[in-house]
Amino acid sequence: MSDTYYDPEDLPRFSEMGDDAPQLWEKFQEYYGAVFEPGALSGREKALIALAVAHAVQCPYCIDAYTRDCLSKGSDVEQMTEAVHVASAIRGGASLVHGLQMRRIADKLSM
Amino acid sequence: MIRSLKSRNNPLAIVDHQLDILRPTRTVAPFDHQLDDRGLAPLRASVPEILQINLGRMCNMTCKHCHVDAGPDRKEIMSRQTMAECLEVLDRGPIATVDLTGGAPEMNPDFRWLVREIRQRERRIIDRCNLTILLTPSQEGMTEFLAEYEVEIVASLPFYSASNTDRQRGSGVFEKSIEALRRLNAVGYGKPGTGRKLCLVYNPNGAFLPPSQRELEETFKSRLWDRFGVAFNELYTITNQPINRFLEYLIDSGNYEEYMRRLVDAFNPAAVEGLMCRNTISVGWDGRLYDCDFNQMLDLGVVPRGGRHVRELDLEQFAGRTIVTGLHCYACTAGSGSSCGGATT
Repeated sequence: MSDTYYDPEDLPRFSEMGDDAPQLWEKFQEYYGAVFEPGALSGREKALIALAVAHAVQCPYCIDAYTRDCLSKGSDVEQMTEAVHVASAIRGGASLVHGLQMRRIADKLSM
Repeated sequence: MIRSLKSRNNPLAIVDHQLDILRPTRTVAPFDHQLDDRGLAPLRASVPEILQINLGRMCNMTCKHCHVDAGPDRKEIMSRQTMAECLEVLDRGPIATVDLTGGAPEMNPDFRWLVREIRQRERRIIDRCNLTILLTPSQEGMTEFLAEYEVEIVASLPFYSASNTDRQRGSGVFEKSIEALRRLNAVGYGKPGTGRKLCLVYNPNGAFLPPSQRELEETFKSRLWDRFGVAFNELYTITNQPINRFLEYLIDSGNYEEYMRRLVDAFNPAAVEGLMCRNTISVGWDGRLYDCDFNQMLDLGVVPRGGRHVRELDLEQFAGRTIVTGLHCYACTAGSGSSCGGATT
């Protein structure tokens, strides 16, 4: 048993999630692979989106994997940092825009 | 500016120490076994088409990733006598291309003499240029000279921004490189219809593999043109070799084992066919012969068939020789493959 909930050694074992559900794993793998193929967006752009989302969902495995992937696809740290700021702005904005709900309820309850 | 391994008396300056590190492990199989498993062994050379001449290890720069361990403190340079022996090879056989490398090849005092002699023999000439050398006072008129003698330029520029480039090649190098590229453009290099070819070389700024050459070339072209008005013909992506100063970086940063595993995991059998060692002869500054520039830096000489020194070189005998390999060869077969002309698949 790991001392922490997150163990870096788990990342290369990701495929074990298919051990008891091979068909679902296969479908997931096929979909995942297709998503990251270059299409209307380049592989490099998709990796930057994945990196930003990894920060938004705060997945340490994804941050590790997509930091490497972004570098290998020709992005530099400046571009990767801007991508993380995009995630941060959306997360921050999402919190802030919910403030309108607070204000609407408060208005209704207040004189 | 950092200094060469040699001038720092770093243990890695001794080739045997590097070879001791570059030994197979449980996770990094011998390169020949990898070929054998796929029916590709032994690796054999074809007819030599390219003569790659290392004019010396002196350089005005000391880049962190340099597989030559070149620098201003290195004094090894090729003599005119050895150059003349290289020219005799051209007179004896059908070598189509002469690829001049270093260090900074232009720093050899006989560089211009050699270029004129090769041009007289009507061969394609490539100069592997670090760009900043073109701005040094001692090289005045070099840009125009290269254009006049129709020398193709293959220039190092690891990224289209200053921060990445300067971290790898030294403070202020990006700005100087852009100035040198503008001068090359001004004499027609990189412009359609001039016949003056200018290629740039990207290499990763760390322990990872290069991206798709085609995709990165598009980005390089648009960024360099939009931001700096600089044009070029092609981008070559080259994988960093675990030799000399890049090996030092890998070890010091704790990335060596993982990088080697990454190269092995990315082994691409399709990249074996286009390996540059198959059609290239590499000549050291002292005239000794190697299968490639990387073997030269590890002092892995050719098998004794067709000569071991350029003055003994027999081109017919040289074709079909068995190429000397090592773990570093994984860098040329990883992913899309890597050569002095970029990706090979």
